[in-house]
Amino acid sequence: MAVSALRTYVFEPADAEKNFHGLRIVYVGWDKHLMFASPFMLAVTPDSSFGDLVAKNLADAYGAHPDFAKVDWSKVEWLKNSQPWTPDFGKSVDANGIRHKDLLRFRTPGLAGIGGKDI
Amino acid sequence: MDMKANKKLGLKERYALMTRDLEWDTTYEPMDKVFPCTSYEGIKIHDWDKWQDPFRLTMDAYWKYQAEKERKLYAIIDAFNQNNGHLGVTDARYLNAVKLFIGAVPHLEYMAFRGFSHLGRQMVGAGPRVACLMQAIDELRHYQTQIHSISNYNKYYNGMHDFANQMSRVWYLSVTKSFFDDAYTSGPFEFMVAIGFSFEYVLTNLLFVPFISGAAYNGDMAAMTFGFSAQSDEARHMTLGLECIKFMLEQDPDNLPIVQRWMDKWMHRGARILGVIGMMMDYMLPKRVMSWQEAWEAYYEQNGSALFNDLARYGIRPPKVGQLAAFEKEHISHQLWAGFYQYGALTSFHTWIPSDEEMDWLSSKYPNTFDKYYRPRWEYWKEEAKQGRRFYNKTLPMLCQTCQIPLLFTEPDDPTQISYRDTEYKGEHYHFCSDGCKEIFEHEPEKYIQSWLPAHQIVQGNSFNPGTDPTAPDFDVVGAVFQHYNMQHGRDNLDFDGSEDQKNFAAWRAAATKN
Amino acid sequence: MSNAFIAFQKNDETRSIVEAIIADNPNAIVNEQPGMVKVDVPGRLTIKRQTVSDLMGRDFDLQELQIHLITISGHLDETDDEFTLSWNS
Repeated sequence: MAVSALRTYVFEPADAEKNFHGLRIVYVGWDKHLMFASPFMLAVTPDSSFGDLVAKNLADAYGAHPDFAKVDWSKVEWLKNSQPWTPDFGKSVDANGIRHKDLLRFRTPGLAGIGGKDI
Repeated sequence: MDMKANKKLGLKERYALMTRDLEWDTTYEPMDKVFPCTSYEGIKIHDWDKWQDPFRLTMDAYWKYQAEKERKLYAIIDAFNQNNGHLGVTDARYLNAVKLFIGAVPHLEYMAFRGFSHLGRQMVGAGPRVACLMQAIDELRHYQTQIHSISNYNKYYNGMHDFANQMSRVWYLSVTKSFFDDAYTSGPFEFMVAIGFSFEYVLTNLLFVPFISGAAYNGDMAAMTFGFSAQSDEARHMTLGLECIKFMLEQDPDNLPIVQRWMDKWMHRGARILGVIGMMMDYMLPKRVMSWQEAWEAYYEQNGSALFNDLARYGIRPPKVGQLAAFEKEHISHQLWAGFYQYGALTSFHTWIPSDEEMDWLSSKYPNTFDKYYRPRWEYWKEEAKQGRRFYNKTLPMLCQTCQIPLLFTEPDDPTQISYRDTEYKGEHYHFCSDGCKEIFEHEPEKYIQSWLPAHQIVQGNSFNPGTDPTAPDFDVVGAVFQHYNMQHGRDNLDFDGSEDQKNFAAWRAAATKN
Repeated sequence: MSNAFIAFQKNDETRSIVEAIIADNPNAIVNEQPGMVKVDVPGRLTIKRQTVSDLMGRDFDLQELQIHLITISGHLDETDDEFTLSWNS
């Protein structure tokens, strides 16, 4: 709906991709691992490889968790914007169809967090 | 002699003569040009004279009582400071609640002052204009007295030195700033529902009553004094908020759906903000008055049900947030403190792991949730800290487009699953923490696509001081952001354990009790 | 029935005000908390100027309540002699 206003009320989105100096925002959440209070906002170049995103960005973000080193990436279940999805680690972020501000969630069956309590 | 002196005017007559009787309709310009803001929101008002003013406070009486409140307040503040009252608080950890307060609340008061000044000009009837004028002056008084009272703590403890600039820069303060920016940029009737009704009438009890009573319980006479002094104005504000709701609903049946939607929106936004008070009550007060869950049940569920039962005669139903909060009241304070604990390198206050005794208190207050979901986190982090690996999360969080809080709330039917919602608007993708925040966005997307989300702003390069070069090879993003926040790493942030505040407080208290 | 309530800062003046509420509202429930006192009454809570004046031992103007109030719940009606909070349902 339109905003109730005295005059025309139309604005540019504050977070359009062009405002990020060549970077693309990708959100990532590791399900059932609540040691991390919330999912993360990553900023990557669209042509960087998905494999690098996992090896660098995810390792930086999640490496402190004892489960992280045990993740078998061939068995990980991915969701992109809540839909089941299979990434190609060799292809770029863009070629994997990851748009600006998309949300990637991953599930690691068999790794139930600290003490098996989804932490 | 049986000559009778004229009887002093009664309260109602005095009020009628000194307030309502001063009103006139303009003749050189049409009324709707002089008061252009009261129709575009869709609220229909047929007769401004039907506005009721139950307090019937005239300006002269207002000045008299406000002056009395100020004299009392400053006498107490002086005595407290002269007597080194800051050393009488239960524990220096308590001061971190004060830091969070000075960071967030005075700004809200100032914005309320601006908002009610605007309403004091724009409302058509003399009754609401005068009530809004009084409230505007009250809010400015709250802003000033909070800063004056807390300034004494700033002489001794870290993290309170630049609250005014930090408001528009720091990631967690954007939550409170965006709340009031949203209200302030609404029309006058929505502002009244947002602040006058939802915040003042329903939610302020949860901010001031348990928190200020908590301050009293923890020996903080400064916060107790300004808190109670501010609160003494609130009953008048609450009455204004409730009268405005009744007035709108009585004036035209078409107003009902608009008012209902605003109530849903603002009770949701208010409940999101007040989760932080829950965190203060459950985790930050060394001596606790009541749990967040108890406060929510007393002041929202019981008191709120009295109110909403009463408003049911106009067709109003209780706000939607009640169902969400019925779940979240057992979780929200734990989730928020766990969030601040791990982002404790990016705050201007200290965080800590609750002591064993405090965890037992939390178990007893939250028998369904604390041991099952939250204690294991604290036990793990405690062990990690003992091994020299105090957990600091350094990756920027994903934020809700509407409330701007990191997505740290869980699904109502699964406390182990983060709650995710999203939508598309004009080809852009937006994310939310809850159905409530998503609905607010979808009703007015053009407003919320402008959200100043701190994590995004950092990447866009808008959270660095002038002259910073983010393309330099050894660029330290977090360090540059911290400079822009005007916080000192190792002093204002990190764990309470080992902090300068902890050492100073212990040393000064020892000096106060022996030679 | 819903409770109307009022809370005051705890001080010497409000001691008499609370006593007056108890005297005039037989169903009043007093709840003492740190620094404050809250009084609930089912349905309707009335503060009478005369009762407060008698207990305080001086003339009392009901608008002096402004100085000590913390919070209220209920629809308010105030005259020179009575300050009333009530719920319709």
